[in-house]
Amino acid sequence: MHRFANPGRFLRLANALLPWCAGLAAVSIALGLYLALFVAPPDYQQGESVRIMYVHVPAAWMALFIYTAIAAASAVALIWRHPLADLVAKASSPVGASFTFLALVTGSLWGKPMWGTWWVWDARLTSMLVLFFLYLGHMAIMNAFEDPARGFRAAAVLALIGFVNVPIIHFSVEWWSTLHQPSSVLRLGGPAIHASMLWPLLVMMLGFKLYYVSLLLVRVKAELLAARLRARAYAVLDAS
Amino acid sequence: MSAFARLVARDLRLALRQRADAGMVVLFFVLTAALFPLAVGPEPNLLARMAPGIIWVTALLAVLLSLERLFLADYEDGSLELLALAPLPLEATVLAKALAHWLTTGLPLVVAGPLLALLYNMDAAGLPMLVLAMALGSPSLSLIGAFGAALTLGARRGGVLIPLLVLPLNIPVLIFGVAAIDAALAGLSPRPHLLFLGALFLVTLVTAPLAGAAALRQALE
Repeated sequence: MHRFANPGRFLRLANALLPWCAGLAAVSIALGLYLALFVAPPDYQQGESVRIMYVHVPAAWMALFIYTAIAAASAVALIWRHPLADLVAKASSPVGASFTFLALVTGSLWGKPMWGTWWVWDARLTSMLVLFFLYLGHMAIMNAFEDPARGFRAAAVLALIGFVNVPIIHFSVEWWSTLHQPSSVLRLGGPAIHASMLWPLLVMMLGFKLYYVSLLLVRVKAELLAARLRARAYAVLDAS
Repeated sequence: MSAFARLVARDLRLALRQRADAGMVVLFFVLTAALFPLAVGPEPNLLARMAPGIIWVTALLAVLLSLERLFLADYEDGSLELLALAPLPLEATVLAKALAHWLTTGLPLVVAGPLLALLYNMDAAGLPMLVLAMALGSPSLSLIGAFGAALTLGARRGGVLIPLLVLPLNIPVLIFGVAAIDAALAGLSPRPHLLFLGALFLVTLVTAPLAGAAALRQALE
């Protein structure tokens, strides 16, 4: 792991990987969208609006996946003081927040024709909303300090505490919604999902993952180059 | 007297010298809760139905008020560095600060809670459960708050950041705190909710001092 602590080595690897990741992401998202919009059958109850699922569900998975990635990167950063792990955590959280937002918005757009309302205080929606706030907190504390290193470490501690809390919050919200709401909400995944719907979903998920990795590489690269520029500017100032 | 008790006593003495601060929290609690009838109308049944939720939400907000000051004064005058150098582990320091915060903020709220419940026309059968649930839940709020305060120490907008960090983490306490009172009012057993509140308290009792101390160490580096 510490092989890639060297920024030069990481940059070379990132430059080699980036075209492949970005290209595969574009291909699989295009293929996934084609499968989802044209090939997959409409749902017998929900009709064509079920196609929102092919964006909504992978986005929601990504929201959880990226939070896990941030927690893992934060643990690595705190334990081994790995310099790239902080940058990974910093680069990930706006992407994760965007996916969470996408999941919330598509869920809301899907909810309007299905449930007749933009928003219900259903357990999943509510815990997604809380996850969105956790992302915003992570981003806010990252930028709240004069010293970026301090922001990195405070954000890492917060991400780990948040990671412990995500299941607790999720289950308490689940408990709360069973208390307050009779099961009036149409739920996905009651019957096993048919292969004709599963494949577009999996292709979209792969596309979203690769898209995240590509963005991560670009953003970490940008952070490293910015640090290099800063160092050069200081060197010029020192020389003059 | 152990160092831990001495630290708690010191914070309590400081709070007593600034009695207005502690009073302000209760005042905020009562005032905010008094706004709801003005906003939603004075209908007694509606208010009675909403009472547990409103009392808990305003308690959550009132606890936030004094959090920014929790470590800031000690941080600015340098006594926090001495505390970090003292033989008392930093985790115990965070715990002592959280305890002092609870004694000056949480406990007055527990006392003021039933008063608000009466104003809201809540059924008296729920009053003992309100006190019990708040007594069991508010220490968790102080502990999570102490963690948030330690994390934002020295941040540019600490006061604005703390609610953003702390409120999402407080959601489970809110849910089970309200559910316990609602269950007692509906004649159901509040036991599972109280057990969850107790479990949340124990989890925060262990994790918040650890994480808070880790955050303080970074602030002092």
